[in-house]
Amino acid sequence: MTTDITKETPEAAAVPPSGASPAKKVPQGHRRLLTRRDRLTLGLMAGLPTFLHIALVWVTAFASIALAFTTWDGIGFDSIKWVGLDNFRELFTNNPQFWPAVQHNVIWFVVLILIPTPLGLFLAVQLDKKIRFSRVYQTAFFLPVVLSMAVIGFVWQLVYNPDTGLINSLIGANEPGKYIDWIGDPDLNLWAILIAASWRHAGYMMILYLAGLKGVDPALREASALDGAGEWQTFKNVIFPTLRPTNTIVLVVTIIEALRAFDLVFVFNKGAEGTELLSILVTNNIIGESSRIGYGSAIAVVLLLISLVVIIPYLVATFRKERRA
Amino acid sequence: MQHFSPSGLSLPSPSRRTMLRGIGGAAVLGAGIPLLSACGGSGSASDPKTVTVGSNASDAVPKKAFADIYAAFKKESGLTVDVNTKDHNTFQEQINSYLQGTPDDVFNWFAGYRMQFFAAKGLATPLDDVWKTIGGNFPDAMHKLSKGEDGKYYFVPLYTYPWALFYRKSVFQEKGYEVPTTWDDFVALCKQMQKDGLVPIAFGDKDAWPALGTFDQINFRANGYDFHVELMAGKASWTDAKVRKAFDLWAEILPYHQEGATGRTWQDAAQTLASKKAGMYLLGTFVGQQFTNEADREDLDFFAFPEIDPSFGQDTVEAPTDGFMLSKAPKNKAGAVKLLQYLGSPAAEEIYLKSDPNVVAASTKADTSSYSALQKKAYEMISGAKSLTQFMDRDSRPDFTSTVMQPALQKFIRDPKGIDSLLSSIERQKKTIFASG
Repeated sequence: MTTDITKETPEAAAVPPSGASPAKKVPQGHRRLLTRRDRLTLGLMAGLPTFLHIALVWVTAFASIALAFTTWDGIGFDSIKWVGLDNFRELFTNNPQFWPAVQHNVIWFVVLILIPTPLGLFLAVQLDKKIRFSRVYQTAFFLPVVLSMAVIGFVWQLVYNPDTGLINSLIGANEPGKYIDWIGDPDLNLWAILIAASWRHAGYMMILYLAGLKGVDPALREASALDGAGEWQTFKNVIFPTLRPTNTIVLVVTIIEALRAFDLVFVFNKGAEGTELLSILVTNNIIGESSRIGYGSAIAVVLLLISLVVIIPYLVATFRKERRA
Repeated sequence: MQHFSPSGLSLPSPSRRTMLRGIGGAAVLGAGIPLLSACGGSGSASDPKTVTVGSNASDAVPKKAFADIYAAFKKESGLTVDVNTKDHNTFQEQINSYLQGTPDDVFNWFAGYRMQFFAAKGLATPLDDVWKTIGGNFPDAMHKLSKGEDGKYYFVPLYTYPWALFYRKSVFQEKGYEVPTTWDDFVALCKQMQKDGLVPIAFGDKDAWPALGTFDQINFRANGYDFHVELMAGKASWTDAKVRKAFDLWAEILPYHQEGATGRTWQDAAQTLASKKAGMYLLGTFVGQQFTNEADREDLDFFAFPEIDPSFGQDTVEAPTDGFMLSKAPKNKAGAVKLLQYLGSPAAEEIYLKSDPNVVAASTKADTSSYSALQKKAYEMISGAKSLTQFMDRDSRPDFTSTVMQPALQKFIRDPKGIDSLLSSIERQKKTIFASG
C-alpha cells in the first residue's frame, strides 16, 4: 500500500500544469472541467467506499444466502456441500426452537409498540410542559438508553436472580417451595426480559417524541386554545397529527429493535427455553465450536426476509412521497 | 504513468487530495491488519531455538503454572517457549479458524471426540514418536484417550479431574447419613434429606452444560460405557428404550433437585452446598473453587455416583482431561516434539499441580505425596476406573451438544413428562447433524 501512495505522488504533481493551462483558455466542453487529478480523486472517493460497501455488505450478504443452501463446518472450502432446501426443511419441521423464536421476535415488537412507546410519548408530553426539574427527569428517563444492552442485561439479571435477586428477596420467594424462577421459567422469562427492554425503550421513545414536540409550531397550540379546545382535544386533534414524521421514525426504530434484539437476552440467559430469538439461533449455530455454518445461514436468511418484508413497504412509501413532493 | 512528470525536482506539498489517498490507503491497510492477526500465530517461529504454544490458560493461576513449566523446560533443553495466550472461551470458540490459519506449533486442547475430530480433519500431527518416550508414564485409560480414530496418538494429557457427588462431611456426620452406593440407597437418602429440610441435590443449569453431566452419570451407570460411547458418537438411537430408562431414572430423582435450576449458575448452586443448605452436588472437582474458606474446604468430600446396574457397577468415571496437541504444520517440529515429551513427563505435571489443587496429574508416575486428601481420592478414583469418559460436550459433536442437547435437557428438567416427544425430536435433529459430515 505504501508503494501505491509513493507512486501516485509524482503523478499528482504532474497533473496540475496540464489542468491549469486549459483553464486559462475558454472551456471547450464539459469534459475539460474535470482534470485527470479530479477524476482520479473522485474515482477514489466514490470507488473506495463503493468497494468497501460491496465487499462488506453485498458480497457477505449473498455469500450468506448461498451458504444457506449448503452444509459446511467451516473447515476448508472443499467441505462445502450443496444440500438444496434441506436446511430450510430441517428448520421449519424439526427445529424445536425455530417457531418459538419467530414468535418471540413478534411478541418483542408488539410489546415494544404497545407499552414503552405510548409511555415514552406520555413522558415526552409531560416534559414538554416546562415543568420544574424537567432536565432531571429527562436525564433519568434517558439514562438506560445510554447504557449498553449487555450492561442492562447484566443489571436486570441481578434483579431477577432466583436466590439472591432483589425481587425474590423482597417478596420472600427465594425459599424451597416458593421459588419464582424469573430467568429459567419459560412462562415468565420473556416477560421479565421485556420489562428490562421496555425500561430502556421508553427512554428512547421519549427523546424521539420530545424532539418531535419541540418542532410543533406554538401558534397551533395557541390557535386551538383560542378555539376553546381542552388539553386532550388539542393533543388528539392538533399535536398528534403533526407528529406524523416522528411516528414513522418511531415505528421503524421499534421494528429494528425487535429484529435485532440479541445482547440483552444473550447476557440474561443465553436464549434458553422461553426466550429464543432468531438472532440468538444464528449465533449459536454459526459462532463457537458448533460451526453449522450452512444451517445458521439459513436462519439468517429467514431473518433477512422478515426484515425485507418490513422495510420494503416503508421504503416504497417514502420514495413515493418524495417523488410527489 | 510516471513519465508524464515534467520534473522530479519539485515535490508537491501534500494537498488535501493526496492526504485523502493516504488515508484511504491506510484504511485498507488498517482493515487488513486485524484479518491477518485473526489468523493467529506469530511469524517468528522459524527460529530453531523457539517453540510457539497457543494457550487457553487465561486465568492467572494456570497461566503462571504453565509459565513455570516452560521455564523449567528452557533450563533443561535450552529451547524458549513463546506462549500466545487467549481468553479461555474465545480460544475454544475460534479453534476452527485458528487451526486452519497459521496456528502455533503446540496448542492446548481436550481429550476425546473433540480431539479426534480435528485429528480426522488433518488439523493435527500424529504424535506416535512422542508416545514412544512418554508411553510408560501413563495408564491404559490415558493411552486410549490420546488416540485418534485412526489409532495414532494425537494428544499429550497433562491433568484430569473427576465428576462426582460432593457433600460436606460435617453435615453427613451430624445427621447420621451414610454414603450411598446403590440407586435405592441414594433415593432413600434424598428422601431423608428432604424430610430434614435440606435441598437433597444442589443444581444450577443456567449455563446449560451442568445437566449434560447428570445425564452422563445416569446413562453410563444404567446402560454401561459401551452404549454411552455409541450414543455420544451418534450411532445408537436416542429413542432406544435404554435412553428412555435413563431419563426415567433421572425423572425419579428430579424432584430432589434444587428448584429453579435453569435460572441458577453452577456457582450459586455450589454456594448452597457451601452454606449447608444442600446435601449433595454433582459436579467436577472444580466445585472446590467456590469453597474459599480453608475450613470449609477441609470439610468437602465426594463419592462416586451410585451403582444402578450391578453388571456395570461403578466402573466408569467421568474425568475430563486437558493437555496438548501438535498443529498440522509446526514450524519447529523437532523443538515441539521435545516440548511435548517434556509435558508428558511427571516433572511437568508436578510443577503444574503445585499451583492448581483442584486437579490431579494424568500420569501415574507423578509424585502424589503433596496431594491433599481430596486429590488423593480423585486420583484413586481415576486410576481405578475401567473406562474414562470426557463429558458429553467433549465426547460428542460440539454442534450437536450445544444446539440440540443443551436446550433439550433444560426442557426436560423443567418438564420431565414431555420426554417421549423430546427424545424423538433429539433423534431427528441428531440424524441431520451427524449426516452432515
